[in-house]
Amino acid sequence: MKYLDEYRDRRAAERYARLLKSLAKHPWTVMEVCGGQTHSIVRFGIDRLLPPGLSLVHGPGCPVCVTPLELIDRAIAVSRRAEVVFCSFGDMLRVPGSRSSLLEARAQGADIRVVYSPLDAVAIAQELPDRQVVFFAVGFETTAPMTAMAAQQAKTLGLTNFSMLVAHVLVPPAMEAILSSPANKVQGFLAAGHVCTVAGFAEYQPLADKYRVPIVVTGFEPLDIFQGLVMLVRQLESGRCEVENQYARSARASGNRAAIALMREVFEPCARQWRGIGPIPLSGLRLRETYAALDAEQRFQVQGLVASEPKECLAGEVLQGLRKPHQCPAFGALCTPDHPLGAPMVSSEGACAAYHRYARDKQAA
Amino acid sequence: MNKEINLSCPVPHALDTTVTLAHGGGGRLMHQLIGKIFLSAFTDPALHEAHDGARLEPCPDKLAFTTDSFVVRPLFFPGGDIGSLSVHGTCNDLAMCGAQPLYLSCGFIIEEGLSLDALAAVAKSMARAAAEVGVRIVTGDTKVVERGKGDGLYLNTAGVGRILAPDPVSPERVRPGHLVVLSGDVGAHGAAILSVREGLKFDTALQSDAAHLWPAVRALLEADVDIRCLRDLTRGGLATAVNEIAQKSGCGISIDEAKVPIRPEVEGACEMFGLDPLYMACEGRLIAFVPPDHRERTLQALRSAGCEPAVIGAVSEKPAGEVRLQTRIGVERVLDMLSGEQLPRIC
Repeated sequence: MKYLDEYRDRRAAERYARLLKSLAKHPWTVMEVCGGQTHSIVRFGIDRLLPPGLSLVHGPGCPVCVTPLELIDRAIAVSRRAEVVFCSFGDMLRVPGSRSSLLEARAQGADIRVVYSPLDAVAIAQELPDRQVVFFAVGFETTAPMTAMAAQQAKTLGLTNFSMLVAHVLVPPAMEAILSSPANKVQGFLAAGHVCTVAGFAEYQPLADKYRVPIVVTGFEPLDIFQGLVMLVRQLESGRCEVENQYARSARASGNRAAIALMREVFEPCARQWRGIGPIPLSGLRLRETYAALDAEQRFQVQGLVASEPKECLAGEVLQGLRKPHQCPAFGALCTPDHPLGAPMVSSEGACAAYHRYARDKQAA
Repeated sequence: MNKEINLSCPVPHALDTTVTLAHGGGGRLMHQLIGKIFLSAFTDPALHEAHDGARLEPCPDKLAFTTDSFVVRPLFFPGGDIGSLSVHGTCNDLAMCGAQPLYLSCGFIIEEGLSLDALAAVAKSMARAAAEVGVRIVTGDTKVVERGKGDGLYLNTAGVGRILAPDPVSPERVRPGHLVVLSGDVGAHGAAILSVREGLKFDTALQSDAAHLWPAVRALLEADVDIRCLRDLTRGGLATAVNEIAQKSGCGISIDEAKVPIRPEVEGACEMFGLDPLYMACEGRLIAFVPPDHRERTLQALRSAGCEPAVIGAVSEKPAGEVRLQTRIGVERVLDMLSGEQLPRIC
């Protein structure tokens, strides 16, 4: 297929692999931030073509994985109310909360519907004026503008039966949290190309300067990732720490101005708990005062719910790049895609699910 | 008290256009429904006897017997509908046993409120699909359930076929060295359904690949191909079917991703939603396991039946029960079964 096959060309991939071998003179640990990149790396087997000293660790960029447990419990509590139609992206349904999942709530009678866009939830609210329609707003800068548009539309339409449970998170604060951790091993980043397409990457230069790490905004196809790695290794080997853009066919430093303006109008940054990682200052989005009427947590009074993770799940260490999925004792035994303990085993973008699906534990690393 | 009073009674009109619970009550309305919709679409004499069961002629060969239920949503999709699907699906299962489909039963579970036009269209489409492959619809059943208790229409078909393959067609006869031959491009059915799903509609010229596989199997038998095993690709797609054969045969199977034909429209839809075409549903594709010296004969026979086949892999001794995929960039990895349905990604 045009514009796809070109980025999956076997000979070009082999040329890049040879180039990386000749460039990488020292061992390096680099993180791909986005779960989509992780998935591509294991799906195509990119990591198996890398020089032995170049280690990829998988980042926190999976929206399903980092949504905190208590928010999932709150979502389940809201969805069980008789008057509620709960709308969610399909991926969130199987994520375990502390006692059950949205999928189980649905099997027990909750009216939970899979939508593909927040605007679909607004349309449902218009169709069902007697029901309370709640949208579970998860995701990074990539999905937040769509949620903002839904909020704006609901407000314009004067819908009183629409609200949202907001769990949006921002990527740069999470990168800073990883870099500032004393246990950090990450020496360079492949930044998430799609997040940067929306939000730009002007924020990354201060991070690169402060922590002395190179950052390369990178796409998702095999050759994108190879090229991003070549750019990153060149910087690492020459001691540079700049922000470079491999994904120039999509991402610009200033991002998508209309999307950013929309997000700013509806949301403001707030502290947010990241599942498995903990609280990160200014890493989440919440509704501004002018949109507070759409806040489902207020409307249904579920703020009080708190929860704790199962002890066996080491998702936090996986999400921070401190441990690979198959190095978790629960991996493949207590925790499988059929019976996930933690969110990274659920989502198609989750590192544990990707490792399990491509059976990495059964192959020599 | 100035509310307009409507003196016309709406009931008879509704009974003319939609299915109601009364149609399932076993009385006159039910007989009208059967007469108007089913007996006019299905013309087989065994069915028109209107007896409790069909009386059939004896058959000299071994028989294959199978059943399948159909709950597809929406009922009508590009390239097919639940009616044609229910005939293809069961006939294809028979064909995978090396059997010519002979007889079908059909069970209709109808949700109150389904339009009679839709029901008639489904019945006609079943009759057409049955005529295409020469299978006879000889018995049937109708039930109506309350609104909200069904998705418009569920269908069940059971089928009997006459086994014409000289040797058993079974995973147990798959051996290391055998080739894996795929009868055409994969994923079109899943992508076509996706394109008309509520909340996900997108414009595409894509059609479902739903089709009869018996003509392809008959061509293989007529060409004296030593068919070791056949499997039609349905839910779970190619990856799932190959895994099932690997597990049942106890052999390893390797697949070359670059050799698997995928139409650009399917690949595009998969990219857009973050789905893997190797797991997308098909309804008119099979994989055949044949000895390597029957390679050309197999390809020619499939081509003569209108297929566009490709040799996509081979059977090995190890790793026992597992499937390996050579990825597009030349790296080998495990190709596993999925835990559940593929879900579109979030961003």
